[in-house]
Amino acid sequence: MAIFLTGQSRVMIQGITGSEGRRHGARMLAAGTTVVGGTNPRKAGQTIELNDRQVPVFGTVADTMAATGADVSVVFVPASGTKGAVIEAIEARIPLCIVITEGVPVHDTAEFWARASADGNQTRIVGPNCPGVASPGKSNAGIIPADITTEGRIGLVSKSGTLTYQMMYELGDIGFSTAVGIGGDPVIGTTHIDCLQAFQEDPETDAIVMIGEIGGDAEERAGAFIEQYVTKPVVGYVAGFTAPEGKTMGHAGAIISGSSGTAQAKKEALENAGVRVGKTPSETAALVREVMRSR
Amino acid sequence: MDLFEYEAKELFAEYGVPVQAGQVAHTAEEARVIAARYAAQGHPLVVVKAQVKTGGRGKAGGVKLAEGPDEAYAKASQILGMDIKGHTVHTVLIAQASDIAAEYYLSFLLDRANRTFLSICSVQGGMEIEEVAHTSPEAVARIPVSPLTGVDHAKAAEIIAAGRIPAEAAEGAALLAERLWAMFTDEDATLAEINPMVLTKDGEVLAVDGKVTLDDNAAFRQEHARFNDLSSTDPIEARAKEKHLNYVKLEGEVGIIGNGAGLVMSTLDVVAYAGQQFGGIKPANFLDIGGGASAEVMANGLEIVLSDPSVRCVLVNVFGGITSCDAVANGIVSAVAMLESRGEHVDRPVVVRLDGNNAAEGRRILSDAAIPVVEQVGTMDGAARRAAELAAKGA
Repeated sequence: MAIFLTGQSRVMIQGITGSEGRRHGARMLAAGTTVVGGTNPRKAGQTIELNDRQVPVFGTVADTMAATGADVSVVFVPASGTKGAVIEAIEARIPLCIVITEGVPVHDTAEFWARASADGNQTRIVGPNCPGVASPGKSNAGIIPADITTEGRIGLVSKSGTLTYQMMYELGDIGFSTAVGIGGDPVIGTTHIDCLQAFQEDPETDAIVMIGEIGGDAEERAGAFIEQYVTKPVVGYVAGFTAPEGKTMGHAGAIISGSSGTAQAKKEALENAGVRVGKTPSETAALVREVMRSR
Repeated sequence: MDLFEYEAKELFAEYGVPVQAGQVAHTAEEARVIAARYAAQGHPLVVVKAQVKTGGRGKAGGVKLAEGPDEAYAKASQILGMDIKGHTVHTVLIAQASDIAAEYYLSFLLDRANRTFLSICSVQGGMEIEEVAHTSPEAVARIPVSPLTGVDHAKAAEIIAAGRIPAEAAEGAALLAERLWAMFTDEDATLAEINPMVLTKDGEVLAVDGKVTLDDNAAFRQEHARFNDLSSTDPIEARAKEKHLNYVKLEGEVGIIGNGAGLVMSTLDVVAYAGQQFGGIKPANFLDIGGGASAEVMANGLEIVLSDPSVRCVLVNVFGGITSCDAVANGIVSAVAMLESRGEHVDRPVVVRLDGNNAAEGRRILSDAAIPVVEQVGTMDGAARRAAELAAKGA
């Protein structure tokens, strides 16, 4: 099954003619992803060559969907154009929109998230500032390297890109059903909780690895969710124990967060929910091995 | 980016949020001149306020009332140079004192957890707002604000009413809220806080203190460079910023270079754990060279990290994802050569851990280069331990 992204997914790229869009479009194709097309309003009607394949370029997301049956969009457009691109995808009601672009102003993210919510979240948004979603052996949408891991039965959700790669590599012999890089921005579309729920329901996932970072209270909320709803084993890792305290200014931040957002607080919240938390990435990988062996 | 109070008030004023007249002084003499001018205008009473980017200034003695130029001079002399929670006071704001009838609280901020904006408003403003929020949460109203509809006059009135701001201040406060929201959105702020928002005895509502945080990601469409503050930035951080490196100075002995914020943060943790066995060795910095890691970026990164005299050993921890490790290894080799050619001899040990995409080729390139200071270790934990050990030896 995998979550969000399967072997049947038909992937399009917003910003397919840009250097990132072309480069990663070619990589995705090489990884076996069904890349059906992409957009550039100024190059509609043309094709672009990716790995010796001619891929059609359309003017809009809606046109691409109509012509190709695309149901996943990967956004590579620069930060200044990201809000417009994502809103276009939402209006076209594409089921999944993965926003790779980094440096998106948070007012823009809050706005496109509000648009998606107002539409009943017909479009699932992943990111921004994320490495994408990879279901090894099936499909790869984003910039996660396809060749560092194999297909298997671990589900992974992570705020951090390189820690995702590190973990997939370390556990490459066991393999992954799906890895979702949700991104570390203050506002993101798909959360740890969304992924935990999807992995819990996925018959092809046996255990879940959750990687967090300092800031916000997403991990604390995930802990509460796990306690209530997740019966599959969860192994956690949190980065940033020695990071300096964030320059949170003003009283407003402290009032709203209610939690300090430190790595220690997150680790404790996860452990209280029965999650085994590794002290280092390699210790975390060892815990996952133990969990998978005891099944 | 956090702003100083006086910068926040500059932005407020641009959007028509009423503030007291005030001006910044860098010396006590400047404070005297400003106070003298205000006195001549019929406002002898001024407040001398330390400009530091931290809370608790009042309690630390960084805010003082002064009557007339001489007292302003004396109070400014006391406050300038003061240390408030590790922040040295370089400037003071000389503000005309207001005749305060009541103090309220108003802010707009990003609500991460709910992925929207939030307004917080309370009739009980002032220094104890956190305490109020804790002991009587019902006195602190939190009103969600949708990015799609924002704050018009009706929404502003709703916020002010929810905060139980009394009738005599309600209209002024609502107008202020509407304008503060305009500033919050137009300037890409993630926090705009007024505490206290004051009702004067003349019935005016104004911002007496303000805190603003701006979103650095919006720099491409904002003119916020004018708020860059190099004076209170660490000098190595300032140089790193010039080279577009994502560097944060820490107190420790092991210089850290890695790719990806999460992996670098994780590397800091692993070095700190390993360092416990070597007398408390700690990471000296955070440096994320990002995905590309060209030779030049690596050279600049090494140069910045080595320019910190407390660094006794460098740990390069790279996981090759998209970038393959042979490119990273070539980057390290040319970085060392580039530094040597610039006359900067690399004399401290550099522990390198390469893993992931094309790691074997990367390791071979480093072995063949046989750079005396470069030592390879196969695992992240092992590399951290070795770096901590070398840093302890280098003491």
